Order: sequence, then C-alpha cells, then structure tokens
Amino acid sequence: MALIEIENLSVTFHTSGRHVRAVENVSLKVEAQQSFGLVGESGSGKSTILRAICGMAPITGGQIRIDGKPLPTPRGPNFAKQVQMVFQDPYASLHPRHTIDRVLSEPLAIHGQTGSDAKIEQALIDVGLPPAFRFRYPHQLSGGQRQRVAIARALMLRPQILLLDEPTSALDASVQAETLNLLSRLRTERGLTFLMVSHDLAVIDHMCDRILVMQHGRAVEELSREALATAAMTTPYARALFTASADRMLEG
Amino acid sequence: MTTLNTWLMDPNPKSRLQSRAAQTWLTWLRFRRNPLAMIGLIISLALIFMSIFAPLLAPYDPITQSLADRLQPPLTPGHWMGTDDFGRDIWSRILFGSRITLYIVLLVILTAPIVGLIIGTVAGYFGGWVDAVLMRITDIFLAFPKLILALALVAVLGPGMVNAVLAIALTSWPPYARVARAETLTVRNSDYIAATRLQGASATRLIWGHIMPMCLPSVIIRVTLDMAGVILTAAGLGFLGLGVQPPLPEWGLMISAGRKFLFEQWWVATMPGLAIFIVSLGFNLLGDGLRDVLDPRSAGK
Repeated sequence: MALIEIENLSVTFHTSGRHVRAVENVSLKVEAQQSFGLVGESGSGKSTILRAICGMAPITGGQIRIDGKPLPTPRGPNFAKQVQMVFQDPYASLHPRHTIDRVLSEPLAIHGQTGSDAKIEQALIDVGLPPAFRFRYPHQLSGGQRQRVAIARALMLRPQILLLDEPTSALDASVQAETLNLLSRLRTERGLTFLMVSHDLAVIDHMCDRILVMQHGRAVEELSREALATAAMTTPYARALFTASADRMLEG
Repeated sequence: MTTLNTWLMDPNPKSRLQSRAAQTWLTWLRFRRNPLAMIGLIISLALIFMSIFAPLLAPYDPITQSLADRLQPPLTPGHWMGTDDFGRDIWSRILFGSRITLYIVLLVILTAPIVGLIIGTVAGYFGGWVDAVLMRITDIFLAFPKLILALALVAVLGPGMVNAVLAIALTSWPPYARVARAETLTVRNSDYIAATRLQGASATRLIWGHIMPMCLPSVIIRVTLDMAGVILTAAGLGFLGLGVQPPLPEWGLMISAGRKFLFEQWWVATMPGLAIFIVSLGFNLLGDGLRDVLDPRSAGK
C-alpha cells in the first residue's frame, strides 16, 4: 500500500465571483521512502497539491489518504507528527522576531515534548549548522542557513513525510546543490518520504525516483527516473519541458 | 564597560536573554542617532523625574492659598512663574500637575492599546463573521467624535479623574484595533504562520506568540503619538470641568481658571499651556523616533 495516495483531487478557489480550478482530477501514489517529484511551469497547480495536503487549499473533489487513512479536517496534531513541509522562500518562512532557538523549540512545546535543549542542538548539527547559531535571529543568517533552519524545524517532530515546495529555487546555485545534498542525506538516514515540487527538471532529476509532469492543473505524464534519463517521454509537453532543461541536466 | 559591550555584540549569543539584550542594544544605538527623538526622550524622562520628585522640587504647597500674593507676575522673587488668582505658586502647581498628567497617560496606555490589540488581532486572524462583528463595534466607537463621546461618558459616570481616564480609554481603543487588524492581515497568510499552524499550533498560541509581536511596534508607535492627544483630551475635560476637580493642580483646569483674566494676567493660563505644549511635543518626537527604529519594514536589514 502506498504511503500517500491522492485520488482524483480537484481544488477550486472562489475569489470575488470567479472560480479558479487550480487542480483538476489529479491522482498519484507515493510509496514509503520514495521521492516523488511534481514538475510544471508556474501556475500548473503543483504547489496547490502540497497545500491541499496540508489543509491550506479548498479541496472540491477527490480524496487524499496517508497510510491508507483519509485525512481529517482540520488536520489535527497527529498529522503534524506525520507530515511536515519546507517552504520555498527561507526569508518568509522564519518568524523575523523569533530566535532560531524559539523556532525549533516551538513544535516541541506544542506537542508537550521534553528535553528540548538537547534536541535543538542535535537538530542544528543534523542540518550542518554550528550549535552556536542557536540564539541568533533569522536576519543574522544567510539564505542557505535559513533554509537549513527551516528543514530542521520540519524535522523536529520526526515526521515520515516531508513536503518540499521548491526548497532551493530561492537560493543561489552553489547553495542549491548543498541543500539538495543535505535533503538526500537526511532522506536516507531517516527513511523519509519526499513529495517535492519544482519547475526545474534538473533538481527533480537529481532528487526523485518518480515524476509527475503537470500543466494547467492537470496531470500530463508520469515518468520514472529511468524514463527521464533515456528521454522516453510520450507527451509533447513533457518532451518540451525536458528539452528546455536538458543541457543543465547533462552537466549535473 | 568593554566586557558588557563584547557581551552585547557577541555574534553567537549563549542564551535567550543575551540575544534579546543585544537586539535591544542595537535598537537603542539606532535610536540614539536621531537627535529629535533624543529630545523627545529627554522631555519624557524629565516629566517622569518631575512627577516623582515633585514634593522635593516644588517650593510651595500646590493647594494652600495665599491671597496676599495673588496674581504675581513671572520673575517675582520666590515665584519665577508667577502666582494664580488664589496666590498659589504656578511652578509648584505645574510640578504636581505633572503627576496627574502622567497618571492619566499611564492608565490610558495600560488599557486602551491592550484592548485594541486583542480585538484587532482576533478579528484579523479569524476573519469572517468574528471580524465583521468586532470591526462594526469598532466602527460604532470610531463614528463618534472622541471628545464628545468622552463628555457623554463623564456626564453619565460623574466628573472625576478615574472617570475621565475611563472615558478616554473607552474612546481611544478603536484606532489600535484598526492598526492591529491591518497588521494582522498582512502577516496571517505568511509562510511562517503557515509553518507554525502546520505544526499543530492553536489559534491562541499563534495570535499571542506570533502575530502580536508583529503588531506591537506599530501599536507602540501609535501609542506614543497618541499620548499628546490623551493629555489634550484630559486637559480638555479638565477645562470643561468634567475631569479632575479643583483644587487639584491639573493643567487643563489651570488653563480654564486663567481664562478669565487672560489679557491682564496672561501667565496664569500660559504657563500650564506651555507645559502641555512641551510634553505633547516631547511625546510626538519620541513616537517619531520609535517609528524609525521599530518599524518591522525597516528593522533587521
């Protein structure tokens, strides 16, 4: 049984009389400890799928099951211990007036877990940050360091599933590679399941076992990593997307 | 001094206290660069100093009358600000009046902004009908002119200092609710709130620990800018005889008493007027300076 099952998911936003169908009838399955990538251009609804899983987008059709169980609405404390998310912009995802210590201790405090001192130091070491950073504020860190803090925060509750919403697109190229390597390392160490969104096929190729190409809120084609490596896509859109980033993938 | 400085400037603070102290120190360093704000701070501190040490600084009792010395002009020996129509030393009355002014200001800023902050953040965070109900109540209070509503409240409750404070507090919370709500709306959809909500945080934890700290700077700025208005409203109520009652040396009351002979003995009304002017100016300068250092959009860069 797959760990994440999404069946015919539709998300429709209602804003001032207009209906925007962000996601239409998308289905996908992610096996435990697999890394699954969602690719597509801006506005293709890939981030909306992650937000729908977290309960931050209005689901108008279909079902999402984690571990075979449909998700409760509102998501509840057990969901928090199972699924966490890393956001795109590390400058917007950390509270500007909270120290790193506060950011990392908050999830433990919410769930009444003890021993936060040791856990916070360990979490910082795990993401490759010196423990001396613990009482700094976000504005005293670089973008890459902030994203490491965001990853550490997502892992504080030891979730099985990590939703990654373009985790590296706001970072510059060298930091991107470091962050992706950190994520791969944490996945093998902890047996995490990734559901990752990116518009960059090179990033997805580096990280993911399976890929779903999306366009205009619909699923276009599902590919395995092998199919991507041999350029064995069948739809013209997936091929166009592949050609656009092929030169960069060959370098990597 | 140097050890304290290195402790404050340590790039890797060892504790929560140290990192907070370092942030406060940096804010102070930025505040200190603004000369007008420093003048405002000095005036505000002088007001606090005057009101604490009024009994030691004042040469005369502010209430005891001495009809032989009535309406002495300024620079008379022993009464450098002159005396009023009951022969009371105006300088002593202004010193003791600063206590009343400060008391009113403190009581108002300890009640109105807190009520406004809670109402505004709750309305902004929950949205929907909670927002609609709370904001319409706010609108009702905002629709009345402040002084008229305060007058009506004092008329119902009866004149006196505590009732004046109550009336001012009840009429001055809506702007804070507005500011806090606007600030909440800009913050509530941000990623850091979403991330904390995703970790299972309750609405109380989010509002108290995450949203209120973001609203606090704009509310504090608004408070310091409003302090002058509070002093003026209190003085206005005193002037109309609905605030502090004679013979207490309230500044507005003193102006009202001096109005009768403004042309012949100008100093009786002018001296407390100057006091109100200087203190209001001081609070306004302080507020401007705080806005420059506390504004979340300019901080932390």
